[in-house]
Amino acid sequence: MAHSYTPGLKVARFTLLRRERKLPLAGDVLVTVGQKVEAETCVARTELPGNVQTVNAANILGVLPEDVPDCLVKPIGSALKKGEAFAESKSFFGLFKSKCAAPVDSTLESISTVTGQAILREPPIPVEVDAYVDGTVVEVHPGQGVTVETRGSFIQGIFGVGGETVGTLHVCVDGAGDVLTEAKIGDNVRGKILVGGSHVSTKVLRVAIQKGAKAVVVGGFDDQDLREFLGYDLGVAITGSEEKGITLVVTEGFGEIPMAGRTFELLKQCEGKKASVSGATQIRAGVLRPEIVVPQEAASVSGTDGDGGHAGLELGSVIRVIREPFFGRLGKVVSLPPELMALETEAKVRVLEVDFGNGSKTLLPRANVEMIES
Amino acid sequence: MSLPKPDDIQSILATDCGSTTTKAILIERRGAEYRLIVRGEAPTTVEAPFEDVTRGVLNAIMEVEELAGRKLLDGEKILSPQKGTEGVDLYISTSSAGGGLQMMVSGVVKSMTGESAQRAALGAGAIVMDVIASNDGRLPHEKIKRIRQLRPDMILLSGGVDGGTTSHVAEMAELLAAADPKARLGAGYELPVIYAGNKDARSIVEERLASKTALVVTDNLRPVLERENLSPARDKIHDLFMEHVMAHAPGYKKLMTWSPVPIMPTPGAVGLIMETIARDEKINVLGVDIGGATTDVFSVFQGIFNRTVSANLGMSYSVSNVLAEAGLPNILRWVPFEISEPDLRNRIKNKMIRPTTIPQTLEELVIEQAIAREALRLAFEQHKMLAVGLKGVQQERTISDTFEQTGSGATLVRLDHLDLLVGSGGVLSHAPRRAQSALMMLDAFLPEHVTELAVDSIFMMPQLGVLSTVHPAAAKHVFEKDCLIRLGASVAPVGPCKDGVTALKASLEFQDGRKEEVSVPFGYLKLIPVPDGQTVKAVLRPDRGLDVGEGKGKERTVSLRGGVVGVIFDCRGRQPFVLPQDRTQRITKLAEWNEALDIYPVLARV
Repeated sequence: MAHSYTPGLKVARFTLLRRERKLPLAGDVLVTVGQKVEAETCVARTELPGNVQTVNAANILGVLPEDVPDCLVKPIGSALKKGEAFAESKSFFGLFKSKCAAPVDSTLESISTVTGQAILREPPIPVEVDAYVDGTVVEVHPGQGVTVETRGSFIQGIFGVGGETVGTLHVCVDGAGDVLTEAKIGDNVRGKILVGGSHVSTKVLRVAIQKGAKAVVVGGFDDQDLREFLGYDLGVAITGSEEKGITLVVTEGFGEIPMAGRTFELLKQCEGKKASVSGATQIRAGVLRPEIVVPQEAASVSGTDGDGGHAGLELGSVIRVIREPFFGRLGKVVSLPPELMALETEAKVRVLEVDFGNGSKTLLPRANVEMIES
Repeated sequence: MSLPKPDDIQSILATDCGSTTTKAILIERRGAEYRLIVRGEAPTTVEAPFEDVTRGVLNAIMEVEELAGRKLLDGEKILSPQKGTEGVDLYISTSSAGGGLQMMVSGVVKSMTGESAQRAALGAGAIVMDVIASNDGRLPHEKIKRIRQLRPDMILLSGGVDGGTTSHVAEMAELLAAADPKARLGAGYELPVIYAGNKDARSIVEERLASKTALVVTDNLRPVLERENLSPARDKIHDLFMEHVMAHAPGYKKLMTWSPVPIMPTPGAVGLIMETIARDEKINVLGVDIGGATTDVFSVFQGIFNRTVSANLGMSYSVSNVLAEAGLPNILRWVPFEISEPDLRNRIKNKMIRPTTIPQTLEELVIEQAIAREALRLAFEQHKMLAVGLKGVQQERTISDTFEQTGSGATLVRLDHLDLLVGSGGVLSHAPRRAQSALMMLDAFLPEHVTELAVDSIFMMPQLGVLSTVHPAAAKHVFEKDCLIRLGASVAPVGPCKDGVTALKASLEFQDGRKEEVSVPFGYLKLIPVPDGQTVKAVLRPDRGLDVGEGKGKERTVSLRGGVVGVIFDCRGRQPFVLPQDRTQRITKLAEWNEALDIYPVLARV
């Protein structure tokens, strides 16, 4: 196929971003088009139907299922308090009475004359959606939510844990290759998004949680640490709903890997600014990567974003190797042989030659490199 | 395009729209038989920015046009029928794009109607998201919560034998009604629900569900305890797949008008071709398709077809789940060199987050193939658990009088009765050396006695499955000549023995008259090259404690089919197959086996 390389992750100094903020069910939109919103602004609200509880009324009352409706002391649709009786059996000479009570605060929804089950619905669960980023509402999806537009810096990670959060960026290390250690996390990190270098351990993450940090952005993380952090072995890369007290964004991959220079430099430039971070990752059809959004004006960030990086691989393209044995290394494409070539494994694949900066050429499968995109 | 008579078909164009790639094949009649001419592929275009599956189909067909050097398209229309060298006589397609067909099934008793419903859905090509049953151990509100969380394409509701109690079925219908489930693709249409349970409960189910769902009623899939009747439910699943699910997927309405044959879910079509082959050859077949996200296992034993899908066992998206389910020691046991645990864990996770990468070094290839062994083994374990006889009754399913009775609920998958094992999917079909595929399958499935091994060259079984419904002869020709790559037969004596003791002696007589005596010690593999298309007559004489199909220590005369690998004598033991516990011994053993089959160019790190 024509594009046998991985397009790569986006790192943009200044870009236009739109984020859809939708409710899981139809509800009310609370903002209007053109309205300025902050990340924390609630833009839409709804109520999820409450959980359903079933009560085997026929059994409790000792009557046949078809007789349960005759035993109701509250009509269908009644609101019930916990412990409140909604059905009573007709007693023998009035001596013994069996009562059927609501196990929770609920509404009596229906009674089945076949199974004798009463269906009770718990109160609705309120759900709110916030704007997630500082910006402007550019579209309202009636009954569903809005689209918020913002301008600023944007960095995609490769893998994350934890949901959306907002905080101030705080760079904890001197260089992209530095490991984020306990000593580098000061006491002034409450509410902040910490930027590390090449690695963080679960032990250090826990220190960050203890000190009130909102998120950690780092180059690499060990799988063993991930297992310890989550409490289980992550099988499929669908994350974002973990509630671990912090959001983690890994920019490069698993292991100790220096954060890409451009990513680190951009985060450094944005230090002290408000950022929205999401750890949600989904690697399947409809890929979702973790991200850091720093809403700001163009003048706030220096440097250029390059040509957009969508032209595909060509001579001179800067690439990063995304698989062993040169995992994490950056290089420049020096040739793109059209024919299939055999690897050490004897598999015949499309390849490219890369200069890692030392002048020598290294042959790599095209599938194992990603473009450094902007 | 109308359906031509089989005899009039000179050329067939078939596509399979996968989640990531759309594959097209062109089949033409050459003399008396049909052969594969070329194959083309293009990225599937179900998702944004295209959101029209036909785009990818046309791109794949254009590649076929280029490779075959003949015109098949007129703009965006398939030319049909064939005129001269232009156009084709028949166009057919399968699809698993957009995540395939995802179903939730429900029965009254989990191990009885629940399991039957699961088999019906899996057999139709679905991924079963959950089985809800009266006795599944969950409280009613937990079941309702679960139904609400899932957003299936379709629900199959079964339960009760005809004439039996209706209250449990009513209970399940009430749970469904209370949960008010929504369809996966868009909220704009009602969720299709198939009721295939106790016929006496139909009115009760209709009363509860007809207003809330697109309810369809069909024959009970378990009319009596002793018999399953899965076909009506499977057919309804296929109908509804077309009417509801496919019709709501982007571009499928258009695609459906191009073919006179309904579009089938990909795994359902694979099942069809496997069933056809097993029936025609009167053999027991086991097939596996290991993909990036899922692994499908198909089996036909004694004429009974079963299919399972292990939704989270695969070589890229789901590779990390193989580690989670198999455990690191099980993967490491297949690696013939030392590697640190943290290093291996990180490598596996890096593959998960960058699923399109490929092994560049031999070491990486060995690790990937070790993971594949475990993914295959686990998927097979799951298959064996579902491909079972009916529980609670004597086995009496379809052609029951032709096979022996086993205990209630015993697995139908008998490795000692297996004739043909077919592997497919990237890691098996595209292994740099075919012997690697053979050894992966031997290690994962542990076939017993005499079994033939094969791989699907380019995974065209789905297209051939649909083709078998309209032109069985063409499907069979292509399957045998172009689809299957015969690796060769394996001979695996069953039973315990001492390492190094002669486990098997064999007198071989080749087609050219050459004779050879073979002696294989226990714990060893031996490869005898026998080219594809040839057979060798073998008199097998196992050690007195070992069985090659005639009983312990009994001689067996058999014809062994050759292949691109050859005939493999696998005397490493079955029941049990044991790898040495000691790390050094294990590595030595693995290296010996790899060398015996000439698996790798040079042994990595040994």
